[in-house]
Amino acid sequence: MDYQKLLSRKAQELKPSGIRKFFDMLDGMDDVVALTVGQPDFVTPWHIREAGIDSLERGKTYYTSNSGLLEMREEIAKYLKRRFSLTYDPLHEIVVTVGGSEAIDIAMRAIVNPGDEVIIPTPCFVCYEPLCRMAGGVPVSLVTEEKDNFKLTPEKLKAAITPKTKLLVMPFPNNPTGAIMTEEELTAIADILRGTDIMVLSDEIYAEMTYGGRKHVSIASLPDMWERTVVVNGFSKAYAMTGWRMGYTAAPASITAQMLKLHQFAIMCAPTTSQFAAVEALRNGDEDIAMMTAEYDARRRFLVDGLRKIGIPCFEPEGAFYVFPNVGVFGMTSEEFCERLLYEAKVAIVPGNAFGDCGEGFARISYAYSVKHITEALERIERFVKTL
Amino acid sequence: MERILQLLEDNGRMTVEQMAVICNKTEAEIKATMKRLEDEGVILGYKALIDWDKTDREYVSAVIELKVAPQRDRGFDRIAEKIYNYPEVQSVHLMSSGGYDLMLIIEGKTMKEVAYFVAYKLAPLEDVVSTSTHFVLKKYKDKGVIYKAPEKDERENLL
Repeated sequence: MDYQKLLSRKAQELKPSGIRKFFDMLDGMDDVVALTVGQPDFVTPWHIREAGIDSLERGKTYYTSNSGLLEMREEIAKYLKRRFSLTYDPLHEIVVTVGGSEAIDIAMRAIVNPGDEVIIPTPCFVCYEPLCRMAGGVPVSLVTEEKDNFKLTPEKLKAAITPKTKLLVMPFPNNPTGAIMTEEELTAIADILRGTDIMVLSDEIYAEMTYGGRKHVSIASLPDMWERTVVVNGFSKAYAMTGWRMGYTAAPASITAQMLKLHQFAIMCAPTTSQFAAVEALRNGDEDIAMMTAEYDARRRFLVDGLRKIGIPCFEPEGAFYVFPNVGVFGMTSEEFCERLLYEAKVAIVPGNAFGDCGEGFARISYAYSVKHITEALERIERFVKTL
Repeated sequence: MERILQLLEDNGRMTVEQMAVICNKTEAEIKATMKRLEDEGVILGYKALIDWDKTDREYVSAVIELKVAPQRDRGFDRIAEKIYNYPEVQSVHLMSSGGYDLMLIIEGKTMKEVAYFVAYKLAPLEDVVSTSTHFVLKKYKDKGVIYKAPEKDERENLL
């Protein structure tokens, strides 16, 4: 069969993740100190795991309602209120999804019409562009820069807006740069959006990972922004629950009604066991978050300081668990630097161009690793850099 | 201050330089704080956690419950002091249990050695009323650390 002719053109046109090649090189090597993963090194706290186990023991293995267990949506509403001063009706404005990724997908598909432009600040997580394309949208990359601390500036946003602009993706705290947006900076963005029909997809999966006394602010909490915003969040990062695949959307009822249909037909409902675990996380997990965030903050300071001492310029990340140093100063492309670092020093980090062309010249280093592991990596990186 | 204690409790080998970076303080400040904590007896020492079962060393430990007669004015302090001076005694705790008063952890080369120590050193002490010895068969977790080889990092590289 001529699959190329038969299969979906849209699907075929999606570019596979270029980074796979790099990770494949890594697979065959021994004694590599990797700083590549995008997930916590903590295990899900035991009381949360236990709640999942308990639900299985009690035989709670049925479907939940399409939008998720009501008690889960109620706890999500309380959490959003408690942490970010956001108000949502658990009955009509929250959908429990299979991770943040599904939440992004249904939000895109519920909002975008063919030809609509979607502004995506880059470098960013790799899924927005392909999901936008599958929804028929036209991704418009808005390049954030090191000189602006990788923040979205009002000037850049204004320049990117056209009459076709439908949606602005707000990927902060940001993977891979670690950039965050303060309330003041978000207010400047809100001032541009106010009075327009531009909607916002605010991916707040790293909301709990902000440092230096900064607290995440949701753009949906600013005046006139709630009605145009879909907040996406989840449990993977904050509670170290990546494998449970738990996320959610919070959005006005009219938007939620559309997203719920897409979720209903593709997914039915998010996994029940995971939902019971997530309820426990929401009820009794605030301390776990505080403990893990304090630990990430220690590693962040440690890694940034270490890289700077070695002579690798590194902008101060204020969120997520990545640093995004400028490896371009060594006169190599991101991939050249990362490949040589891998082969010559046996340290794996992710070339910045994996997150879009604008990531060229940078590399993502994850600090979801122990201080001991990071220390070993820094020693190896230092030895390598001295040979350049 | 509390942050330094947490860091050191978690990793006694953390350097002053590392703590300074993590706590956003100067090295001089960290050194001064550590010295004060040591002088005040808040930090009593820095030791390694060793799983002796993985070595060739002959080693056994036991929990001893000790019922003692408290002394006028000095309560349990004097007998506790007498007991903790033996190098075989690793720890001494005064308990609120109805059944016994002091809980000790004793280490020795063999069960026989520990049993002899209890029979010939502890039991004859003037204020000791009775002893009860429980040998440890296997240590799973101690001081917050699980006693097994670190697991391989199985996290997948998804971006």
